[in-house]
Amino acid sequence: MAKAGDKSGSRGKKGLKRKATAEEPQEAAAAEDGAPESGVQLPKAAAFPPGFSISEIKNKQRRHLMFTRWKQQQRKEKLAIKKKLKKEREALGDKAPPKPIPKTIDNQRVYDETVVDPNDEEVAYDEATDEFASYFNRQTSPKILITTSDRPHGRTVRLCEQLSTVIPNSHVYYRRGLALKKIIPQCISRDFTDLIVINEDRKTPNGLILSHLPNGPTAHFKMSSVRLRKEIKRRGKDPTEHIPEIILNNFTTRLGHSVGRMFASLFPHNPQFIGRQVATFHNQRDYIFFRFHRYIFKSEKKVGIQELGPRFTLKLRSLQKGTFDSKYGEYEWVHKPREMDTSRRKFHL
Amino acid sequence: MAAAGARWNHVWVGTETGILKGVNLQRKQAANFTAAGQPRREEAVSALCWGAGGETQILVGCADRTVRYFSTEEGRFRGQKHCPGGEGTFRGLAQVDGTLITCVESGIIQVWRDNDKEASSDPLLELSVGPGVCRMRQDPAHPHMVATGGKEHALKVWDLQGSEEPVFRAKNVRNDWLDLRVPIWDQDIQFLPGSQKLVTCTGYHQVRVYDPASPQRRPVLEATYGEYPLTAMTLTPGANSVIVGNTHGQLAEIDLRQGRLLGCLKGLAGSVRGLQCHPSKPLLASCGLDRVLRVHRIRNPRGLEHKVYLKSQLNCLLLSGRDNWEDEPQEPQEAKKAPPEDTETDQLWASLEAAAKRKLPDLEPTQGALQTRRRKKQRPGSTSP
Repeated sequence: MAKAGDKSGSRGKKGLKRKATAEEPQEAAAAEDGAPESGVQLPKAAAFPPGFSISEIKNKQRRHLMFTRWKQQQRKEKLAIKKKLKKEREALGDKAPPKPIPKTIDNQRVYDETVVDPNDEEVAYDEATDEFASYFNRQTSPKILITTSDRPHGRTVRLCEQLSTVIPNSHVYYRRGLALKKIIPQCISRDFTDLIVINEDRKTPNGLILSHLPNGPTAHFKMSSVRLRKEIKRRGKDPTEHIPEIILNNFTTRLGHSVGRMFASLFPHNPQFIGRQVATFHNQRDYIFFRFHRYIFKSEKKVGIQELGPRFTLKLRSLQKGTFDSKYGEYEWVHKPREMDTSRRKFHL
Repeated sequence: MAAAGARWNHVWVGTETGILKGVNLQRKQAANFTAAGQPRREEAVSALCWGAGGETQILVGCADRTVRYFSTEEGRFRGQKHCPGGEGTFRGLAQVDGTLITCVESGIIQVWRDNDKEASSDPLLELSVGPGVCRMRQDPAHPHMVATGGKEHALKVWDLQGSEEPVFRAKNVRNDWLDLRVPIWDQDIQFLPGSQKLVTCTGYHQVRVYDPASPQRRPVLEATYGEYPLTAMTLTPGANSVIVGNTHGQLAEIDLRQGRLLGCLKGLAGSVRGLQCHPSKPLLASCGLDRVLRVHRIRNPRGLEHKVYLKSQLNCLLLSGRDNWEDEPQEPQEAKKAPPEDTETDQLWASLEAAAKRKLPDLEPTQGALQTRRRKKQRPGSTSP
C-alpha cells in the first residue's frame, strides 16, 4: 500500500485518474471505484468491504482524489438521467406529462388559519368598523406628518424629503428632541391623520414608526435597503404633484390586512390617472418592499415602467393598539423571533 | 345546532365586536352568539361572569352599559338590563342571591335586583369607591365582599352588607430608593381561597399579596415580572401560584410562597386580556388582542393544548369548571338532531329502537324528560363508538 501511495504521490493527479485504476488492485480495499477498467484487478481487491466510505481513507490526497472522482461520477449520472428524461419528453411530444413545479419556500408555505376569506362577514364587519373606517368611508382625507429621530443626518433628511414628494399632503418637520407623546396630541388638534417617524442609527435610516392618529394602531417596522433617488439606476425624473395609485400585494392574513389598510390610509382616495404614478407595497415572506414607479402603456399588453422615488424594505416588528406608547400600550402583535421564526415556511403577514 | 350544543362549550369568550363565542374544544368548534343577530361594536363585551344556578347562565356586560343574560341551555340571549349611573365601561360583574353587582370605571358600584325582564329600575345599593377603577372582583367564599383597584386607586375591600367604609384599605409601599412615590395601578385582583389574602397584579409589572388579617396594610409579598404592564391574572389549582399575562403576550407562573418565577408559557403574540385556570385540571385558557384563544397545560408537561382562531379581538373569557370534560356525551353530529341529552349511555344501549321521530331541528327551551328519552333512542343509530 505504501508503494502504491508513493506511486500516486509521484504522478500528477490527472495522470492518477487513469493510471490509478490500474494501480488500485495493489491497494488493499482502499478504493470504492467500481468503475470499468478493472480488467487488471487482482481477486483480493475485487471485494470492497461493505459500509466503507471515502472518508475513512487516512491519506488526504488520496481521499481528495477519490472524492473528486466520485463527484464526477455523480455529475455524469445526473446528466445522463436528465438527458434521458428530455429524450423521453421529446419522444412523447404532446402526451408528455406536465413539467413538475419546483418547490419554493413560498409554495411550501404552512397553512395559516388567519388568512382572510373574502366572504367572511365577521372579519368584514370588524374591518368596516375599525379605526380606519372613517378613511375608507371617505369621511377624512389623509394629512401626514413626517419626522425623524432627534438630530438626523443627511441620508435620513433626504429620505424624508423624498417621501414627502411621494405621499401627497404630507409635511416634514424637524424633531427638535420633542417627545412623541407630546407631539401626538398637537397633531391631533391640527387634524393630522398619520404620523411617520423615521428612526436613524449611525447615519442611516433603519426604522419606521407609523401611527394612525386619532386613536389608531401604531406599527413599528425595521427598514433596510434604503435607496435614495440618486442611487437608483435608470430612474425617471422627479415625481409630479399628481396623486399616485396604490398597489398592495400579498397581504393575505388578518394581520396583513391591518397593515395593508394602514398603508392604504396614507394616500388620498382619488388617484389621478393622468399622473401615471403608482406606489407599490409588495409583501413577500413578511418583508414589505416599497417602490414608486411611473408607468406608460405602450400597447394593450405592454407596459413600460420607470422607477422614480425612493425605495426601501420594511419588516413589521410590532403592531400596537393605541397611539404611540411603547411602554404602557397594548400590543396587538409583537414579533418574537425565538417563538415565531422557528419554521422557514411560516409567515405572519 | 350551535345553539343546541351550547351547554357543552368549554370556553365562552367575549369579543370587541359584541359577539359572544362559545368554543367546544372536544369537537373543535366555535359558535357565535349575538343578541341582535348582527355584531355591533357598541355592544363590545367588557365583562363576563356566570349567572345563578351553576353554569347555566352567563351575564354579559357590554360597552353600552347593558348587562345581557345568556342561557347556555338554550343557546340564546334571554333578556337584558340597562344599568345607568357613572361613566365608563363595566370593570366588574358579579352575582349574589338574586342580585347583580356592577362596577364601572368611574368607581360607582351598584347592586341591582335581578329580574331581567324589567327594563331599568333603581339600584338597591349604590356605592362610590373612587375614580379610576380597573377591576372589581367578588370573593367567591364571601359573595357580599368585593375588592376594587385601579390606576391611582389603591386596593380596597368592601362589604356590601356593611358600612360605607371599606373593610380593608391598602397602603402604598414606601418611597423607592430615590425617595419618589411609587405609582399605583392595580390591573387585576384575586382572592386567595382558604384565607383572607388578596393578590393583585399591577401595570408597573408587580405582583403583590395583601393580608387584611395582619396589622400591616402594605403588601406582604411583592414580586416583579418583565417590563410591561401585567393585564390579567389567575390562580392555579392548588393556589400556591398565580399566572399573569402582560401586554406583550408573555405568560408567567409566579410562586406566592417565595415570590419567584416558576416558568413561562409561550405562544401568545398580543396583549393578554383574559386568563382563567380550571379549578381542578391543570389547564389555562388565555385570550388576547391577537384574536386567538389558547388553552395551555400548566404542569407535566407545560405546553400548548389547543389553539383556536376566533376572528375578532377577544376581551374576556369564562372557562367552564366542570369535570367531565373529556367524558362529554357523544353528540349527534347531524344537524337535525335535537339538543343534547344526559350522559347515561347504558340506558341508551338498552333502549335501542329505530328512531328519528324528530325531523325538524328542535330548539325548544324546555326539555322535558320525555323529549330527552326520545332523542336518546335516535342516537345509537347515528353514532358508532
